[in-house]
Amino acid sequence: MMTMAILKLDGLTCPSCMQKIEHAVAGVDGVQAVKVLFNAAKLKAKFDPHVTSADALSTVVSKLGYTVVGSKVKELA
Amino acid sequence: MMRWQQYLNQHPGQASLVLAGLILVSWLVGWLRLPAVALGVMYLAGVLGTIPIALRAWSALRMRTVSIELLVTIACVGALAIGEPNEAAIVTFLFLFGNVLEARTLAKTRSAVRALTDMAPQQAAVVDAAGHVAAMDIDDIEPGMHVRVRPGDQVPVDGTVVEGTARLVEAVITGEAAPVAKTTGDQVYAGATVDSGALTINTTAAGEDSTFGQIVALVEDAQDAQAPVARFIDRFARYYTPAVMVIALLVGLVTLDVRLAITMLVLGCPGALVIGAPVANVAGIGRAASQGILFKGGATTDALAGVDTIMLDKTGTITTGKMTLSHLHDFVGHADADLALLAAIEADSQHPLAQAIMRAAREQHLPLPSAPAMTTVKGRGLVSADGRYLVGNLRLMQSHQVPITGDAQAGMNDIQRHGDSVVLLAVAGQLRLAVGINDVVRPDAAAGLTALKQRGIQHVVMLTGDNHASAQHIAAGLPIDSVQAELLPADKLTVVRQAQAAGHKVAFVGDGINDAPALATADVGIGMGGGTAVALDTADVVLVRPTFATLTQAVHLARATRSVTRQNIVIAVGTVALLLLGLVLGVVQMASGMLVHEASILVVIANALRLLHHQRGPKTTQLDQHQVNVAVTKVN
Repeated sequence: MMTMAILKLDGLTCPSCMQKIEHAVAGVDGVQAVKVLFNAAKLKAKFDPHVTSADALSTVVSKLGYTVVGSKVKELA
Repeated sequence: MMRWQQYLNQHPGQASLVLAGLILVSWLVGWLRLPAVALGVMYLAGVLGTIPIALRAWSALRMRTVSIELLVTIACVGALAIGEPNEAAIVTFLFLFGNVLEARTLAKTRSAVRALTDMAPQQAAVVDAAGHVAAMDIDDIEPGMHVRVRPGDQVPVDGTVVEGTARLVEAVITGEAAPVAKTTGDQVYAGATVDSGALTINTTAAGEDSTFGQIVALVEDAQDAQAPVARFIDRFARYYTPAVMVIALLVGLVTLDVRLAITMLVLGCPGALVIGAPVANVAGIGRAASQGILFKGGATTDALAGVDTIMLDKTGTITTGKMTLSHLHDFVGHADADLALLAAIEADSQHPLAQAIMRAAREQHLPLPSAPAMTTVKGRGLVSADGRYLVGNLRLMQSHQVPITGDAQAGMNDIQRHGDSVVLLAVAGQLRLAVGINDVVRPDAAAGLTALKQRGIQHVVMLTGDNHASAQHIAAGLPIDSVQAELLPADKLTVVRQAQAAGHKVAFVGDGINDAPALATADVGIGMGGGTAVALDTADVVLVRPTFATLTQAVHLARATRSVTRQNIVIAVGTVALLLLGLVLGVVQMASGMLVHEASILVVIANALRLLHHQRGPKTTQLDQHQVNVAVTKVN
């Protein structure tokens, strides 16, 4: 059972920001897949809800210096 | 430090403003003949300007990326070290200020998609079992919940109507601008607006899972999916930036001229090169989306721009697919009973021909008998298990040795002369009924195909499973170069492959439901059936508004996007070449080099923004009155 988190970020300006965020979130335990949508300024991460949480992922992103404007969680079948 | 960086990321404008102030103060003080103070202020500006750039360079480096920021940082530290603080200060100011302008203009290139996402419903009025209505956030809506909509509302979810009647405008999903009547049992889509009436809807999908949500997600993904040329440049830039560092280092070691080496670092920044192609992609795909043309990515726009052959399915693509029963020839004298039997056999089929027959039977209030179970013979029709009942085309009858009488042949000829499709019914080896089904050519097909040919599409080919006579009838009067009729779905695929083998770039246009193999095989598959889930899955390009004007506009935008991409690459490469030439001639300094760089970045973004206002294409949004009149006359 996996969960999908969709974090809305506050505008990305450089492609290297995207790599940075992708690497950092992918490194979190329990995260299976990460995709940063550069132009839509969104991060989609598939993770195991027993190991980590959407809030934890938001914290990782904010620590890198980016603002998380909103987050949504969706359970995947 | 983290907070500092976050602050600078959020307020890049203020940092560059402070720098500009310091540089001005330094110049003013220098003019007042206080050189020591002026120099001190300039050093302060240089150091302050370098810090945020260095921080960014460092965090990129930790991700093993040699960023442009690293080049600028080394150059500025070098400039400070050799006593050129004004170079460092001006370069960092230009760089930071350029970033601000870049972010502003980039946001504009994304505005077309922002307009689309802003249309997504945010709230829904949920009705609970007791009948109480409460507003809920769209993210908390689950399938099975009942929501209520009233005039002026937006339908918040995909679902089926459980109560009420209303007229909905579903333009976002189907491209149909006229309101459509909806009542109990009908399917409705999120994003539609309620023109009049009220509905209670049983939710089947909400938010990102709704059809509208999928359209938005598709466009968002597409903007990041780069054209092959952009991906190439991306890879190139990854090696280019470190290469610039190595070259600058070598130049410095050989000439022992630190100034020259750090100038090379600044001039070598790949600014416009990195941004030029992606920004064209974002603007082009965004613009297309706002016109109901959904491209799956940069590779698709690129492929469509290079297409020289367009193959179109007949039913539902060249024609409207809204069929009516036009002829009925019976050969044994039981017209009503046989039509009822035919309708009963076709009752479960989703085929447009079958639905036209069903409608005709319903309109004549014929009671349907019980029908035998049928199996499909691809491209031919339906057969009952015992072979007693046959429904389909002439080929099916011939393959089952049903004799075709002169009477039957005359009936079929009559139907085909009108360009209509023939459906035959045979029972126990005897032909009972031939019905003709009429389909209307889309009103703007002739104008649209003519426009495409004028734009250099060399071959327009019509493919159909229908018989030759009706295919020719439909094609007559349209600028179609060749017609291939009586094709099985697999044959369509073969036709596409043959054209590709002959060196053509083929776009296949279909309704996205019956043509999946051909759509997938063609260089570009274009789904013209509105934003249905199936079309979104199988096609590379989805035309939400199924008109030929939209098809022409799609080709036009794809080409415009490709040419802006190419122009931007030329601008970017040309800028670097000119700067290096200027350096050799000794007319370019570090600061002026950075100025030219930032200017070239803004030029490529501005060039891409032209795509958002591209109006040279054919008229897209509305048919002109003449076309409407023609359509109305044809229908009557």
